Amino acid sequence: MVSATEFANTCEAAPPSRSSSDAQISEVQAAPAVARGDGVKRVQELLMEVLDPEIPVLNVIEMGIVRSIVCTDESVQILITPTYSGCPAMEMIEQDIRAALARGGFNQTEIKTVLSPAWTTDWLSAAAREKLREHGIAPPSGAACMGSPQQTEVACPRCGSRETEELSAFGSTACQALRRCRACREPFGYFKAI
Amino acid sequence: MQPANYLLRLGDNPLILGQRLAEWCGHAPVLEEDIALTNIALDLIGQARLLLAHAAALQGTGDEDSLAFLRDVEGFRNVTLVELPNGDYAHTTVRNALFFAYQCELWQALQASHDAQLAAIAAKSLKEANYHWRHSADWLLRLGDGTEESHARAQAALDELWRYSRELFTDDEVDAAAARDGIGVLPSSLESAWAARILPLMEQATLTLPAATTFCSRGKSGYHSEHLGYILAEMQFMQRAYPGAKW
Repeated sequence: MVSATEFANTCEAAPPSRSSSDAQISEVQAAPAVARGDGVKRVQELLMEVLDPEIPVLNVIEMGIVRSIVCTDESVQILITPTYSGCPAMEMIEQDIRAALARGGFNQTEIKTVLSPAWTTDWLSAAAREKLREHGIAPPSGAACMGSPQQTEVACPRCGSRETEELSAFGSTACQALRRCRACREPFGYFKAI
Repeated sequence: MQPANYLLRLGDNPLILGQRLAEWCGHAPVLEEDIALTNIALDLIGQARLLLAHAAALQGTGDEDSLAFLRDVEGFRNVTLVELPNGDYAHTTVRNALFFAYQCELWQALQASHDAQLAAIAAKSLKEANYHWRHSADWLLRLGDGTEESHARAQAALDELWRYSRELFTDDEVDAAAARDGIGVLPSSLESAWAARILPLMEQATLTLPAATTFCSRGKSGYHSEHLGYILAEMQFMQRAYPGAKW
């Protein structure tokens, strides 16, 4: 029996919206892959327990790192995509995925890295964005816009004010920039829109 | 071998510049820039890993690690610009601006490569290069159009580094073969788009372009400055002293 679910296809079918409405963005990514077998469903459940080591409120499915799952009777093949080329968390994520699946009884796991389509923050669902906000990280503002991300409005994750400014284009992890709220004066991480 | 040689050129540039920028770790003028430069270095080393792994696959021997750690100076194919010492912060900023403007145009064009893996690496790296370009252009503006001191340093850096940018746009038979096969692009075809980014920025930053010279460095053909050997001595030490060491 072979069953497959393609996150990538889901995204290609509905290209990331240019609008900044969360509802539309969630449509792009949320469409949960149609599982055609219990194996895939079970693997998905296990993967939802694997958290990003640097953003420990989001799991690898919410992050859009897992691109597809293929289950056969003997093995599981998972395609993952890096957020940034040099993201140091990728190797740990791979180990964590392997360990989670082993705990669920899947011992033959093959993990492959794919680069295309390139990861984008547009794949973060509305729920994932809310989790980031609660964790104190401002979610990516709107759909990924290249060139001038500093011009987008970013709301403070603490007080909600839109009066915020960039302190540094680079932050504590590859995927964040550092900003400050002019209203409550608190600095915060901003998940860069790419 | 030709496509692999072309890939080595693409991969060695971010590897060596990434190594250079990592030298700023703990030494940058302000904490934010320490974090920025090392973040950029990390992206570059990530790009280099992907490109060198692909070069090794095309060669049919070795892997990304053997290419990074076991080649000697004459085996490296990076342009001379990226191996020059960091100098002061203005030197680092000017070099970054010259190089990232080039990388933006390079990755933009290589998204159309007939080599699917290279096209995928280009699409991924383009997002990062755009961000790096924005950062270095912002700083170049602040330094050039800043205080008397920062302007003088930025101008001195430009005076020294400008002539090394020429190598980025010089074609040879390796480039021509890659372009003919639809795998690569001719470096010369990127120059006008690069200039359209760089020239207005220099003007805005009140910097004066040095007069053109006939000098052209040849790092990408394996003829390097004396500086590359010192980079490799540090970068390759562990694998040379403890061959095959893993942790």
